[in-house]
Amino acid sequence: MKNMTYEQALEKLKNTVEKLEEGSLPLDKSMEFFEEGTRLASFCEKCLNEAEQKITDLKVDKKDD
Amino acid sequence: MITPSALTVTQVNTYIKSLIDDDINLKAVIISGEISNFKNHYRTGHFYLTLKDEKSSIKAVMFSSANRRLRFEPQDGMQVIAVGRISVYDRDGVYQLYIEDMMPDGFGNLNLAYERLKQKLFEEGLFDESHKKKIPSCPMRVGVITSPTGAAIEDILNVLSRRFPLAEVVFRGVEVQGVNAAPSIVDAINLFSETEAADVLIVGRGGGSIEDLWAFNEEQVARAIYNCRIPVISAVGHETDFTISDFVADLRAPTPSAAAELAVPDFREHLSYILSARAFFENAVQLKIDNERQKIKNLVSSKSFIEPSDMIKSHRQYLDSLTFACESAVKLSLEKQRHDFASLVSKLDAMSPLKVLSRGYAMVTSEKNIVTSAEKLKKGDAVMLNFADGNVKCEVTE
Repeated sequence: MKNMTYEQALEKLKNTVEKLEEGSLPLDKSMEFFEEGTRLASFCEKCLNEAEQKITDLKVDKKDD
Repeated sequence: MITPSALTVTQVNTYIKSLIDDDINLKAVIISGEISNFKNHYRTGHFYLTLKDEKSSIKAVMFSSANRRLRFEPQDGMQVIAVGRISVYDRDGVYQLYIEDMMPDGFGNLNLAYERLKQKLFEEGLFDESHKKKIPSCPMRVGVITSPTGAAIEDILNVLSRRFPLAEVVFRGVEVQGVNAAPSIVDAINLFSETEAADVLIVGRGGGSIEDLWAFNEEQVARAIYNCRIPVISAVGHETDFTISDFVADLRAPTPSAAAELAVPDFREHLSYILSARAFFENAVQLKIDNERQKIKNLVSSKSFIEPSDMIKSHRQYLDSLTFACESAVKLSLEKQRHDFASLVSKLDAMSPLKVLSRGYAMVTSEKNIVTSAEKLKKGDAVMLNFADGNVKCEVTE
């Protein structure tokens, strides 16, 4: 999860919620999704709470060729 | 009568033309009037028209070399200001205005150019909804093209950092007014598009006069936006300003701040979604566990689980019924066979020759063969008479 962007984690989180909503999963699978989802939610929350706007100037990158 | 040498028509017209052409006042005139009898010569492309006011009119021509530069379509009834010179068309002996430039009077020239370009691009399909790209719901890089010094960039940065600090802002400063504005904006858009340096792109500037905003009404900017691979949000001037860029952009924002609002989600909404997702997980798993528990409960309280002997009893009963069915089937089959045998025996009995003999008939045999006809016997033959209870030897006497 360390290399995941917020966007990817959020997408995964949504998928996990959907899968759990279906409700037809066996218990052990449900537990897996539960753990995964909780981890993703914490990660996303951390991203949001710690975010600081980064501003970069787009430079004309004259290539060497 | 003295007849001075007559002048030719050409001489007269040439003379008049020279008078008029020499007049300094007629070399450069600016005339205000209404267009009538407007004709666009289909072959040469020259415009022929009459300019008139309430009392008077003057013929005018605008050659294609000059009218090509016009930014509007002249029409009958249009009030214009024409710039040109007066001269004589000596073939017809008429003087006329040779128009060099013309602009609509009382209605901003820029407005007409705007309407004209808008119509052209609309017909070309640059405003088609089907071409508009979707603005991503959660962009991680927001591109911004605007002036580095204006209020617009400050507004945009404020909103972005308040709403969604997670997204990186990729900024490219440009000139937003003046002759270099359009090419500068076009370069920036192309740069973003080529390098795909952002997920969504805000292009715009703060408010100003129609001239100030003009770069965003230029065709090259419109085409750059149309061709940009990144979804573009236009943000030009105020709520009431509509530029060509607004029509081409994938999304029009009324102001730069609004563009920033439209570009990114509000992180607080995301936060509340994430918290509710977490609560959902906990509930969902608890629910699942409760469900499974209930299932086990149901199983444990089922009848066969409480009284297994019942199950055995019922199996035994079933077994009994099978045994009984089996026995009766065998019995039935035996009886049928017995009955069939008895009827066969009685049939056999009825057919027996002994039975016939017992009623007083006798069977004649000769040398163990049955004699069935008198003609097979002659006098003196020895035959045997077979009775039911024994045989006697006889001789045929006649």
